[in-house]
Amino acid sequence: MLTRFFLMGLDRKAGVVLTILALLAVLVPVSTLLVPADSPFHLSIFTVSLLGKYLCFALLALALDLVWGYCGILSLGHAAFFALGGYAMGMHLMRQIGPRGVYGNPVLPDFMVFLNWTELPWYWLGFDHFWFAALMVLAVPGALAFAFGWFAFRSRVTGVYLSIITQAMTFALLLAFFRNDMGFGGNNGLTDFKEILGADIQAPGTRVGLFVATVVALALSYMIASGIIGSKLGKVLVAVRDTESRVRFLGYNTEHYKLFAWTLSACMAGVAGALYVPQVGIINPSEFAPASSIEAVIWVAVGGRGTLAGAILGAVLVNFGKSYFTGALPELWLFALGGLFVAVTLFLPKGLLGLGAQLMARMPKSKSLPNGKPADQKGM
Amino acid sequence: MSAEDTLLYLDGVSVSFDGFRALNSLSLVMMPGEMRAIIGPNGAGKTTMMDVITGKTRPDHGTILFEGATDLTKLREASIANLGIGRKFQRPTVFEPHTVWDNLELALKAPRGPLKTLTYAIGRDDKARIEEILDVTRLSPKRDRIAGSLSHGEKQWLEIGMLLAQDPKLLLVDEPVAGMTDAETEQTAQLLCDIAGKHSVIVVEHDMSFVRALGVKVTVLAEGSVLAEGSLDAVSANQQVIDVYLGR
Repeated sequence: MLTRFFLMGLDRKAGVVLTILALLAVLVPVSTLLVPADSPFHLSIFTVSLLGKYLCFALLALALDLVWGYCGILSLGHAAFFALGGYAMGMHLMRQIGPRGVYGNPVLPDFMVFLNWTELPWYWLGFDHFWFAALMVLAVPGALAFAFGWFAFRSRVTGVYLSIITQAMTFALLLAFFRNDMGFGGNNGLTDFKEILGADIQAPGTRVGLFVATVVALALSYMIASGIIGSKLGKVLVAVRDTESRVRFLGYNTEHYKLFAWTLSACMAGVAGALYVPQVGIINPSEFAPASSIEAVIWVAVGGRGTLAGAILGAVLVNFGKSYFTGALPELWLFALGGLFVAVTLFLPKGLLGLGAQLMARMPKSKSLPNGKPADQKGM
Repeated sequence: MSAEDTLLYLDGVSVSFDGFRALNSLSLVMMPGEMRAIIGPNGAGKTTMMDVITGKTRPDHGTILFEGATDLTKLREASIANLGIGRKFQRPTVFEPHTVWDNLELALKAPRGPLKTLTYAIGRDDKARIEEILDVTRLSPKRDRIAGSLSHGEKQWLEIGMLLAQDPKLLLVDEPVAGMTDAETEQTAQLLCDIAGKHSVIVVEHDMSFVRALGVKVTVLAEGSVLAEGSLDAVSANQQVIDVYLGR
């Protein structure tokens, strides 16, 4: 049944996406670890981590597209789930430092020693185990999303009001995580990680391993998302997006459907954050900033809302642009981002992928007509 | 008449919006298998009546019982729909990005939980049922068309088809022939009469020739309550009805 579910969602578009990801998972490790450094095909470790970061953002965008593109929930707080997943992973990595910290305390992270704490707060217990941290990466964002969604959807908060509450949620978390006495490192967050699963976190092999793990997580999430979209559940979600009240009168409890997509999406965002933290080496409260969530919305809009593949494309392209601009013309980046969003909203309402689909739709028509194929057969 | 034998029982139902009384102590009784036409001028409360039955609006006062026992005023839309009350909206509301077939599949009577729909695979019985509805609504050649690309009349029929797929005990049909040609109107009347054999139907309509074609008991609403009830000829002859509705 599980294989049927996965195969069901696999159309041609999914094939292209998964092929590209599979190629990345093979070619990037080869060109980093096996190709000699003076070859033009060699990738530096820095580039690998940068690509890994883009793909983490792509996974966040994919999660956002699932709720925004298919269920009509415009979340302006999705980076909160990303950051919570990141913190869960960061807490594990902090515990892994052990006595190698500046203060040499075998149990307490440096910032706790600095604050004169004598013992580990209860909510840090268990994070020394990788499996526990991995569970929390899913459970913490998932539980917050479930509780948030339960109240918001039941009260029938929709549209711009819901967006504003999601924004308030991430802002509240931003303020909370800034506080030193919360026990998450305050302003500085968690950093100075040494190892993950016993491997040196700076070693090229670990970096490449983290990159491959990110590719695998993205591919799996893509398959889950397209499996859902291709199922009857996905059709109900789209129906909820367009005419929620009509779906209710058919006897569907639309709140449950939204809650399902919303919670799943939050878990995916949490995984993205957990993979992001070891690759960039730090997690701090700025990840909760409302601007991060809004940027994620822009990635999805640029790539094409409601296409899944477009979310991935948009996240990678916009972040590539960001890396380039902040290096070459740092003062212009925000103008470029704002201009991009305006341009996409005005000229590409379906994003880059929608533009591609439009062009594709025009091409085969002119080709197939001379063959005597009826033109209207295309739509069937 | 006791409430127990009835399919739908409304007693003293009142609804106000900002002081405007949309329903004013409305009472109405439907028997199982009955078909009823509701007519009345604009603002008479026809659509509001459907809203309170289907749970979209909560009444301020009054009793609404389904099958003599279930209090509909306490339930939400989805629960009411699952009891067996289907509704067709005044403006045809179909799921535009989905195909005709998918629209019917979504409406088809089946478990409604998210996990059940995630693992749903269409069976032979369900396929046959959808084929049957496609035939009845004459949408069979257009099964793979996107619902948004259908004509107005076809959307109306698709929505009626979705109602059939739900297989409700009671169908509430709001202005099914609005914007239809005469030929389509006639076919729709035929379609509704066929349906009425197996289900109870309430039709709200302005089109008097359509109501005549249905040939069923008529309830006239005015200012939120029942003005007259009976055959179309009887209510047409009623002086009050002529004054508030027909005479204008």
